[in-house]
Amino acid sequence: MNKKFDIKKLTGSREMSLVVVLVILCAFIQFRNPGFLSAKVIIDMLKNYAVTMILALGMMGVLLLGGIDISIGSTLALSGMCMALLMRDGIVTNTFLAMVIPVIVGLVCGLVVGAIIAYGKVLPIIATLGFMNIYRGITYLAAKSQWVAAYQITTEMKQFAQSSSLTFGLLNNLITIMLVCYILFYVMMRFTRIGRKVYAVGSNPEAAEVSGIKINRIKLMVYAVMGALCGLAGALWVSLYASSQGDMAKGLEMDVIAACVIGGVSLSGGRGSVIGVFLGSLTIAIIGKALPLIGISQFWQNGIKGVIILVAVVLNVLTQRVMDRNNLKGREM
Amino acid sequence: MAGKSGRSIAITKPRSWKQTLFTWESILVIIFILVNIMNACISPKYLSVPGLFNATSSFLEKAFIVLPMACILIMGDIDISVGSTVALSAVFMAMSYNAGVPMGVAILICLLTGTVCGFINGMILARFTELPPMIVTLATQIIYRGIAEICLGDQASGGLTKVAWFSNLYWGSLGPVPYMFIVFVILAVLMGLLIHKTTFGRYLYAIGNNRVTAQYSGIAVQRIRCIVFTMTGTFCAITAIFLAARMGSTRSNIAVGYEMEAISMVVLGGISTAGGKGRFPGAIIAIFIIGFLRYGLGLINVSSQVMLVIIGGLLVLAVMLPKLNFKELLKNKKYI
Repeated sequence: MNKKFDIKKLTGSREMSLVVVLVILCAFIQFRNPGFLSAKVIIDMLKNYAVTMILALGMMGVLLLGGIDISIGSTLALSGMCMALLMRDGIVTNTFLAMVIPVIVGLVCGLVVGAIIAYGKVLPIIATLGFMNIYRGITYLAAKSQWVAAYQITTEMKQFAQSSSLTFGLLNNLITIMLVCYILFYVMMRFTRIGRKVYAVGSNPEAAEVSGIKINRIKLMVYAVMGALCGLAGALWVSLYASSQGDMAKGLEMDVIAACVIGGVSLSGGRGSVIGVFLGSLTIAIIGKALPLIGISQFWQNGIKGVIILVAVVLNVLTQRVMDRNNLKGREM
Repeated sequence: MAGKSGRSIAITKPRSWKQTLFTWESILVIIFILVNIMNACISPKYLSVPGLFNATSSFLEKAFIVLPMACILIMGDIDISVGSTVALSAVFMAMSYNAGVPMGVAILICLLTGTVCGFINGMILARFTELPPMIVTLATQIIYRGIAEICLGDQASGGLTKVAWFSNLYWGSLGPVPYMFIVFVILAVLMGLLIHKTTFGRYLYAIGNNRVTAQYSGIAVQRIRCIVFTMTGTFCAITAIFLAARMGSTRSNIAVGYEMEAISMVVLGGISTAGGKGRFPGAIIAIFIIGFLRYGLGLINVSSQVMLVIIGGLLVLAVMLPKLNFKELLKNKKYI
């Protein structure tokens, strides 16, 4: 194999290089533990990481604008906790309602954050840092620092994460919801005006404003969508783990950001795709699920995860450099 | 600043008393006084020399991170790996001590670990300038914490209390003044001088205001970033020493969330994360505001959850209020 071919293929598209990395990773794990590539393990993995994968979508929108949201873990906890508390007190028993309420709570949380960022002109990292504390505090206060345990949650709700009622027995509910979110986002980012506006604002806010895009409204919308997805994720989280604690999803924001970054979303905005995010969050899921499978102690997990993130972003930069150089060459000729 | 022509140009504009009164630092001083009045009302024993120093001891070991964090934010960068660096340095120190290394050498190992951690951050950022510091330090945050977990697992490495002088670093005091306070004041003064009275400090502001311009004016931007991140690592190690001296043992999960606390303090001090803005004294006052506020609320048994809400709200309000120009908002309907 000559080297030129190799580099060209690597730089052809970022998604392609990520697929290559994923295949190598899977092959390695499969080699160490033949039980890895089975339907049961994969469905289990996707089920457990559906929350992270859904949140990565919202985070992609935020990052595309050049912002960041580190309050998502707290928003998830707050909305999930609200629902769980209502369920404990017997006010909500309908599963559908139990899915809608947290989405609304999350939407409101996201709107508040978005309004502060868009109209209050606070930098996203500071605003969401503040709201990370605020929402987490409210979660503890609302629950009076108590848990909502498994027996206080309706059986139907607990079954929701395990059954596959939405697709009439074909696919697990969580995975279905996750896939639907991805398809919706793919269509929205690619084929609708709103999606293109998000990219426009992210790549050049001044140019976008001059061309008549209402930047603040787009910002508000993106953070609101992020919040709503957090709410949805909160409902799924409670359903999956059949309990609700004040400190749930603490630190999840870092996993989600890492998933986006591995998937090639640029933190300076304007660059990133839904497929990339899907592959990135899949990588995070595989790392999280497969390391225990091949007999690596849990204490090694963080170290390995960090190294993989670092290698992924550095590789991203290197491929970008090669790509830019190739583009320049093309122009010279 | 007298040039050849004999004219002199002042570096800063002379300020009127009105401008001095309305600087962010003076507002912070007022908040600080209010917090102290509140604390004094809560506990009559608070306003005494030992009481006050006791209060400072409750938060000062974290404050060492705030000093270099101010530099980093002035440059427009961010470092969220500091908590993990603290944990890793403390773990290495305790482990080497338990392996039979004398305490003095263990402290050196701790300082070295922190410095190396910071240097790795700085090196990666200087090498790959396209990478945002947020994501690099996110990765190293996970890695450093991961190494600490690999070394210790879920065990604790203790026995540090056996060395009396080591515990004394935190618990001991010179008269009424704790040693830690003295060290902090010295370092804070040095850092203040570095930021506001040296060329290096001016470079930091230049980089924060416009990195490209700074580069073209001949400032070794990447080298300075590397130096500042390395310095941050060293200060993390100092925090680790005092933290270990306080607790007498270390685990891999200490100092979780310190990065966010440090960033909150710096931001409350008026230094923007966008870079190039704010003054160092503000950050110092902010340390004491948040610290005393926590201490005081702790005295009247306000739960830590309410404290989360209060401190988060304070942070958002503090950053938002000065930026909101109400007159313009009302006049200019397009923003609403």
